[in-house]
Amino acid sequence: MSAMPSMPSMPGFANTTTISTVGPPSRRNTELALLAFAVIIPCFAYANVGLALSGEMPSGMLGYGLGLGLLAGVGHLVIRKFAKYADPLLLPMATLLNGLGLVLIWRLDQSPRLANLAKNQGFKYIASAPNQLMYSALGIGLFVAVVIFLKDHRILQRYTYISMAVALALLIAPVFFPAKFGARIWITLPGLGSIQPGEFAKIILAIFFAGYLMVKRDALALASRRFMGLYLPRGRDLGPILAVWAFSILILVFETDLGTSLLFFGMFVVMLYVATERTSWIVFGLLMSAGGAVGVATFEPHVQARVNAWLDPFGGWGKSAASEQISQALMAFGSGGVFGSGWGQGYSDLIGFAANSDFILGTVGEELGLAGTMGILMIYAIIVERGVRTALAARDPFGKLLACGLSAAFGIQVFVVAGGVMGLIPLTGMTLPFMAAGGSSVIANWALIAILIKISDTARRPAPAPAPSPDAEMTQVVRP
Amino acid sequence: MNKPVRRIAIFCGLLVLALLLRDNWLQFVQADELKTNKHNHRVAIARYSQPRGNIIVDGQEVTGSVETNGIDYKYKRTYKNGEMWAPVTGYTSQVFDASQLEKLYDRVLTGDDDKLFFNRTVDMITGKGQKGGDVITTLNAKAQEAAFKGLGDKRGAVAALDPRTGKILALASTPSYDPSKIAGANDSAAWTALEKDKNQPMLNRALRATYPPGSTFKVVTAAAALENGLYTDPDQKTDSPLPWKLPDTVTELGNENNIPCKDVSMREALRMSCNTVFGKISADLGNDKMMKQAQKFGFNNEVLTPVRAEKSVYPKDNRPQNAMDGIGQASNRATPLQMAMVVSAIANNGKLMEPYMVDKVRAPNLNVIETHQPKQMSQALSAQNAQKVQSMMETVVESGTGKSAQIDGVTVGGKTGTAQHGVDNSGKPYAWFISYAKTDNGSPVAVAVVVEGDDKTARDDVAGGALAAPIAKNVMEAVLKTSK
Repeated sequence: MSAMPSMPSMPGFANTTTISTVGPPSRRNTELALLAFAVIIPCFAYANVGLALSGEMPSGMLGYGLGLGLLAGVGHLVIRKFAKYADPLLLPMATLLNGLGLVLIWRLDQSPRLANLAKNQGFKYIASAPNQLMYSALGIGLFVAVVIFLKDHRILQRYTYISMAVALALLIAPVFFPAKFGARIWITLPGLGSIQPGEFAKIILAIFFAGYLMVKRDALALASRRFMGLYLPRGRDLGPILAVWAFSILILVFETDLGTSLLFFGMFVVMLYVATERTSWIVFGLLMSAGGAVGVATFEPHVQARVNAWLDPFGGWGKSAASEQISQALMAFGSGGVFGSGWGQGYSDLIGFAANSDFILGTVGEELGLAGTMGILMIYAIIVERGVRTALAARDPFGKLLACGLSAAFGIQVFVVAGGVMGLIPLTGMTLPFMAAGGSSVIANWALIAILIKISDTARRPAPAPAPSPDAEMTQVVRP
Repeated sequence: MNKPVRRIAIFCGLLVLALLLRDNWLQFVQADELKTNKHNHRVAIARYSQPRGNIIVDGQEVTGSVETNGIDYKYKRTYKNGEMWAPVTGYTSQVFDASQLEKLYDRVLTGDDDKLFFNRTVDMITGKGQKGGDVITTLNAKAQEAAFKGLGDKRGAVAALDPRTGKILALASTPSYDPSKIAGANDSAAWTALEKDKNQPMLNRALRATYPPGSTFKVVTAAAALENGLYTDPDQKTDSPLPWKLPDTVTELGNENNIPCKDVSMREALRMSCNTVFGKISADLGNDKMMKQAQKFGFNNEVLTPVRAEKSVYPKDNRPQNAMDGIGQASNRATPLQMAMVVSAIANNGKLMEPYMVDKVRAPNLNVIETHQPKQMSQALSAQNAQKVQSMMETVVESGTGKSAQIDGVTVGGKTGTAQHGVDNSGKPYAWFISYAKTDNGSPVAVAVVVEGDDKTARDDVAGGALAAPIAKNVMEAVLKTSK
């Protein structure tokens, strides 16, 4: 961390910042313009679904448009006031995904096939879109609260070990509640519905990992032996990674949820690698997760069924519900083709159960086609990219670790769920951030975006102006 | 710390790239395969999302579509007089796929066919829904009715052709089924009952069941004798000892009721249905020549009408078997359609026309988009020889076993048959009758009828003349009346 004024000629790697009293542009107007599109596009989509399904504009058109516009507007104003230099892309992208998700959920609400399925299984059919709109409002509420009350993300560092305890509690809690659809990842509160604590645990764990690794990274990175080109950590330093690994295996076994387990372990390995800059951790991580997954898959029937469904989706037709569901999703994608059937004109409701949550990408695939699906995937990629860019720009190691961990977790989650639905990897019960129906997911992901916004605001905010000195020229300082 | 962060960015980029590649694989490379996957319900949904085009007989629709309140399907197929027409139309079901014309012309009937592209585009632009085209068949409603009613509650089949063109005029099979009953989404019980029925109502006996042809095959043997110059005249005495042992064996081939078959002419032999005479002709000609003649009539080949008809067989056989083949009592087997083709070739002076049942395909705006041109399949025998066989067959109807097929004022030729089958002929015999009617404009109809005997039918009584000939007569009369 030496400031050497003689080295500013290394573009790209030298972290030179010219400090001046004129700050970088805040880009708030860019954000506002993008946000306008992010509200208008879902409104058109909504109109499109209505016209396709019943030949008329949906009656909720005005309320929906105003509602989404209002939520986005509040988010924008709060950022303008409390996080002026925040990344301008994160809010519009999240709003767009949330808005499109609402339209997709509303579209699937209209499906008589799904209503009939619920009736046949003895459930009361409840439209999911109004709930999702409420959760989105709650999510943006949490977003606003975080942006306003989290003055500086470094405050979170103080709660490292409290975070650990909370995250553990959240992760363990579902074990005491009955399994739903083969996985124990829900806390059911009678009368209130159910919460997926894993979604919140993702953020809180990232805070713990960031705080913990910031303190321990030197020990983990430096005390090591070299073996076959890899830096092997000392036995006692292996402790934490072994503990997290064991813990995620326990989640896998007791909650039979491959997705959550993969997500947490992946996030930990990523953050460990970023903190220590040691490739050996990646190698260890991959080996351990592969070993764990294979080990559990051999004796856990729920996981086994999903692996079989992945290997031969159509082979299990009529025998295994998991196979049939993934086959239906694949056929939805295939039937969409390059341009898709158009909003409201597909038959992705044939997927049946979880069509509007875990499998919502199937509806994107069929109705918006290859073009639309790639577009949605690219929006996710942009969010991850902005998150990583925030990590690069952050000036403090805690912020770097946290931003990087959160964005990687976001990226891994998108990969795990989209890859699962598209048959690239075995399916795991996870929700597609912002789009899938489910309150916990939407609320937690808005909080995640809020934290990234705060970190990016701190990172891009110009340093306080140096004390004015009448005889000084503008001074160039090289910062690490 | 920035170097690993950049690497993590690359890692996340690779994850997204993997998703994009997979997406392209699914939605571009594999799209068509997934779209038409047999488990893909969308195929059936599309099939019934608009009223289906119709199958038409004599200008009347024999099918229809009715709107349903189903979640998956907007329309359901209906059939008029389904049992009678099932061997022609086949079925189309919301659950159990489709068969025969409904299956083969599915894309026309749904309106998806490439030939209907222009119609579809115009309809789309003018905001009308997609409509299906119609399939116009060659069938004759009166002939079909005569055939179906004639078979009644017996098991059997009728195939009638127009020998001049190959048009299929009647195609009946009993017991039959009503395809309306399996068309809907909740008809699994009816489907299972049909599948389990011992009488096999869904078997199209006219096209898909092969029977030992029995004595009706003697006309093929007679044609072979003439074509190969073994005998040149129907009234020429044949070299037919009685009793006669099958070649290479000590088994005597018998005739029914001790009819006087020694050295009789072919005409007499056919009139009385002598086994010894035709068995010996077949033995004299040998397996190769007999097989060649049978193949000229269409044996050993599948026939696409366009609905596939089972292959009728005249196999390679040893000498005694080949002799028995000559009287249709060994390993040669024929579908009713095949025997109708044999008669039609003879009635059409030797020219065998390819049988077909779809005359035209019509767009929803009534424009004809496809017309079938009659095609000659082969010259089964020379015109001269064909006329000789005709004169023999006419004798059978005038004064032989086929008297019950006589029609006033019309020349009718025919041949009866009673095929034994099973171990030691223990199975119930099949009553056959094949015939044609002739007018001044050539022969407008050739028909083959087979009736499976049942427990109530006395064995002697199941001679083709008694059971099958009256049906053939009614079918011929129906065609003659309507073609006037």
